Amino acid sequence: MSVRRLAEKQPATFAFTPENEAWARLEIAKYPDGRQASAVIPLLWRAMAQHDYWLPKAAIEKVADMLGMPHIRALEIATFYSMFNLEPVGKYCVQLCGTTPCMLRGAQDIAAVCKERIGEQRHVSADGLFAWAEVECLGACCNAPMVQINDDYYEDLTPENFRTLLDDLAAGRPAKKGSQIQRISSEPEPGKGPTLLDPALYDGSLVGAFNQRVAESIAASKQAKN
Amino acid sequence: MLADKDRIFTNLYGFQSPGLEAARKRGAWDNTKTLIDAGKDWVIGEMKASGLRGRGGAGFPTGLKWSFMPKPDPARPSYLVVNADESEPGTCKDREIMRNDPHLLIEGCLIASFAMGAHACYIYVRGEYIFERERLQAAVDEAYAANLIGKNNVHGWPFDLYVHHGAGAYICGEETALLESLEGKKGMPRLKPPFPANMGLYGCPTTVNNVESIAVAPTILRRGAAWFAGFGAKNNAGTKLFCISGHVNQPCNVEEAMSIPFRELIDKHCGGVRGGWDNLLAVIPGGSSVRCVPAAQIIDCPMDFDSLGKLRSGLGTAAVIVMDKSTDIIRAIARLSYFYKHESCGQCTPCREGTGWMWRVMERMVEGRAQKREIDMLLDVTTRVEGHTICALGDAAAWPIQGLIAHFRPEIEKRIDSYAANPHSDPIRMAAE
Repeated sequence: MSVRRLAEKQPATFAFTPENEAWARLEIAKYPDGRQASAVIPLLWRAMAQHDYWLPKAAIEKVADMLGMPHIRALEIATFYSMFNLEPVGKYCVQLCGTTPCMLRGAQDIAAVCKERIGEQRHVSADGLFAWAEVECLGACCNAPMVQINDDYYEDLTPENFRTLLDDLAAGRPAKKGSQIQRISSEPEPGKGPTLLDPALYDGSLVGAFNQRVAESIAASKQAKN
Repeated sequence: MLADKDRIFTNLYGFQSPGLEAARKRGAWDNTKTLIDAGKDWVIGEMKASGLRGRGGAGFPTGLKWSFMPKPDPARPSYLVVNADESEPGTCKDREIMRNDPHLLIEGCLIASFAMGAHACYIYVRGEYIFERERLQAAVDEAYAANLIGKNNVHGWPFDLYVHHGAGAYICGEETALLESLEGKKGMPRLKPPFPANMGLYGCPTTVNNVESIAVAPTILRRGAAWFAGFGAKNNAGTKLFCISGHVNQPCNVEEAMSIPFRELIDKHCGGVRGGWDNLLAVIPGGSSVRCVPAAQIIDCPMDFDSLGKLRSGLGTAAVIVMDKSTDIIRAIARLSYFYKHESCGQCTPCREGTGWMWRVMERMVEGRAQKREIDMLLDVTTRVEGHTICALGDAAAWPIQGLIAHFRPEIEKRIDSYAANPHSDPIRMAAE
């Protein structure tokens, strides 16, 4: 558990943009009648994305009103779930995974770069561009160490390529998402592996290959019943 | 090594397109109508016969779980909820399924929902997986457009599939916490019983399954229970995605047969342990919640539920965290203690207070700033948290520490001795001017 409070300086009002308002209506329709509270996390999330990646009190109350929830229930959600930023986070919110699998691959070295470039955790840098925090496992352990910056994962980091990445973002240059080395996802060797090389997997020969087996199995089970 | 032709996740690495057309060419959505027309008894029978055990960590037989669902009742519709809140440190397999092979999951959702009489399914994706969620949603939209799912789909079983997401709470991977979160509440686990099969989502019968358990179902039904049961040791059937991270030369996700020996898994797929086999210190074989196993015991151990259980550890999610001799094992486990302290939902006192207490003591153990008798005290406290909480997070916080003390007590003692031998290691305080 951790202590989470609303920011001291709060905007007076919050309103969804018309597009987000329409999106919210579709989102609420996913859930059965009377269960619209289910949409609280997606709606808060969209409110945060619309508001420079942090949630003001007015947005939380607005979402609660839209879903017919008491304000306190939505406030509970906003403080319980750690992905809701309750204070301004800068243009790029860097979340560094620090849990053991990333730690074993050198997350501390990435943290050192964050300290040197951005400063202390949970403070927006002087240029207003970056804020960083060490967070718990982000689920990309085969590509450790890694960070999430706003919506995107950046994986297989070294202090060098991470510095370049921050420079690129600061300068507004396009940055490569995902692995920062030549990997496509979590394959053992960049671009290939000792597995999944058989062309028969991809030429369409698997289509219909098991129809006869399925038919026999169904027939056998019917026979057993009779 | 498992032959390529026996792999279920043929686009695990995303070398091919995740789209519907490419997925169909790889054999997804092939003959699905026949599988559904065969009836739910056939589906559940095959799943039971395949020996598939749930891939989310607990290893409960999937076919049996499906059979627990009560008869359909119009007043209380049944639900399938897919647990894609993959947050167990070390685990990153469901992510690859969702972004690279989403159609296997969607087809699985349809078949599983049919088998348990559900017409609606929610997939609960962890909040951080934004790209994965978009990919999955795109695949769901494709499936709707092709009328593979939906109210009047070609398979004749009305079925709606919704993608939902969380916002960064490990505890929501616990099935009842996930249901609470899906209902729009804080993710705090519920007391069981009643079990979700009777009182789940919105008070209705619900089954919660892991992504991998659902995604393998269509292939098992097509190829046959006997095919799947042919891999792995008895009672540990099938193929499994392993996520190997830490100190190996090439960390990766890979699908392998269950019961593959640890050494073979690492040598074949990961290019060996960093610095060679003599450099291996310990392995956490099933995600952070299981006890670590020292090198000598794990090297030739088959990677399955029962063999690892015998070592007082577990297969869990098959997230294999490898640590070589450069690792400060006490610090590695202390970091996990911090994780559990951070992720405790705060509902049960032993966990809320215990995880913080255990972490603070572990931090002192890392420095050696402790008494040797505190090692036993710590061990004693772990047993007072374990089994005394609503959900298994308390157990999960206790086990890594128990594993550390069981296998590395001399290391902790050495650290305490070396701290005691340097009595001036605390900085000397200067008087204020």
